[in-house]
Amino acid sequence: MASLIPCPHCGLRPKEEFSIRGDAAPVRPRPDAPFDAWDAYVHLRDNVRGVMHEHWQHVGGCRRWLVVERDTFTHAVHAVTDAADFTRAQGAPTGGGGASAASGTRTGKGRAKR
Amino acid sequence: MKYSAFSIFREGLSGNRGWKPAWREPDPKAHYDVIIVGGGGHGLATAYYLAKNHGITNVAVLEKGYLGSGNVGRNTTIVRANYLLEGNEPFYAHSLRLWEGLEQELNFNAMMSQRGVINLYHSDGQRDAFARRGNAMRLAGEDAELLDREQVRALVPFLDFDNARFPVQGGLMQRRGGTARHDGVAWGYARGADSRGVDLIQNCEVTGIRREGGRVTGVETTRGFIGCNRLGLAAAGNSGQVAEMAGMRLPIESQVLQAFVSEGLKPFIDQVVTFGAALFYLSQSDKGGLVFGGSLDMYNSYAQRGNLATVESVMEAACAMVPSISRVKVLRAWGGVMDMSMDGSPIIDRTPLDNLYLNCGWCYGGFKATPASGWCFAHLLATGESHELACALRLDRFTRGYQIDETGHGAQANLH
Repeated sequence: MASLIPCPHCGLRPKEEFSIRGDAAPVRPRPDAPFDAWDAYVHLRDNVRGVMHEHWQHVGGCRRWLVVERDTFTHAVHAVTDAADFTRAQGAPTGGGGASAASGTRTGKGRAKR
Repeated sequence: MKYSAFSIFREGLSGNRGWKPAWREPDPKAHYDVIIVGGGGHGLATAYYLAKNHGITNVAVLEKGYLGSGNVGRNTTIVRANYLLEGNEPFYAHSLRLWEGLEQELNFNAMMSQRGVINLYHSDGQRDAFARRGNAMRLAGEDAELLDREQVRALVPFLDFDNARFPVQGGLMQRRGGTARHDGVAWGYARGADSRGVDLIQNCEVTGIRREGGRVTGVETTRGFIGCNRLGLAAAGNSGQVAEMAGMRLPIESQVLQAFVSEGLKPFIDQVVTFGAALFYLSQSDKGGLVFGGSLDMYNSYAQRGNLATVESVMEAACAMVPSISRVKVLRAWGGVMDMSMDGSPIIDRTPLDNLYLNCGWCYGGFKATPASGWCFAHLLATGESHELACALRLDRFTRGYQIDETGHGAQANLH
């Protein structure tokens, strides 16, 4: 994996500052979603071989949740986006049961440059 | 050809010209009773026990590289049966008993060495947890012994016993645990299966699974279509990829685990010792190199190589446990792709497809399980029913809430 990761808020930073949570694809179902949807969300994975989106947190920097596009076979890092921006670009709702709840981001907060 | 001291003597006198290849290299037939995907330890053991225990010899093992080129050749060779939970311990206990008779059974030197496995503890709470684990092991008929500080010191005097943060208080010892030559195990099973008529087909990657009405009819491979009555998947880190060909999603994440070997040293450490303050395990190979490893790199990967940050943390754990090895040079480091399941325990089960069977989720404990995994998977493939030792290792246990979660971490694959 690249030694330096381009954080959208902090610029190029050492990889060790980041913590990888895992696959960003599973979206938390609504609380009243059917059992199967919850089972799949908690347990089943696409386990991508190739380019996948992951939730990373820049714990040693801005502490923002990020979505990193990374290749699981070559370890190449292709793109890094703020999780809130990523979710917005996907057109999914950002409050309540959307992907942003899983990533822990809130829109409109913590965006100041450090 | 039977291997013996006599055969070595005879070949030595005749210029070693009489040795035969240990297995054939057959071309795939058009159809088999059973096809096993994955020519690693588990796949080969499954083929061996299918032939030996169940008399099913019209079997092919398909391997995309060479036999034993995956995790069976990449682990730290530790054999043990020190699990806590009911669904696991009897299975691994059976595995250890199979290990004990393996070399005679296979007529192959797997260099099985029951040198003992010591899990160190560093606090009162950890001692209590290990006492509980030891009791669970003894209930399953295994040996376990809680050692105090001085008993550990007598065995491994060079540990950092008075570490300010993690003093060594003692350890849980399983004397029947130890190490085995990982390649030798794969080769022994391969030779045993081949001699019973199983076709071991190398350089044959499965590229698709052909289905008709809820049943598998065969597999597409780089060497053409091969039909089968039953299909078993034992693809370890690539299980998710192979299962996807059958339209399944698994409770599995593939992650990379690194291992290391140092330059050769004189005999130094007799047992396998694991650190209780971090995930770290250390033993010494017969060649003299220290063999050790730590935790996962903690991200999804199919790359069979890891990152330096993890290397650094493993080395730190090594120096914390055994300060005297801080100047030893590391010779090699490598990575393997682990099929991390959502509760840290394996899966040997049927699937929604009638004649498709699954063997995966070994996390980083697959090597020690090789004999029992093959034993139970062969039973499943032959009879269609789970073996009693593997009846808890169900695919649907996640949905039903019967996880076998040794560490209690929940559905986060890389924490197990």
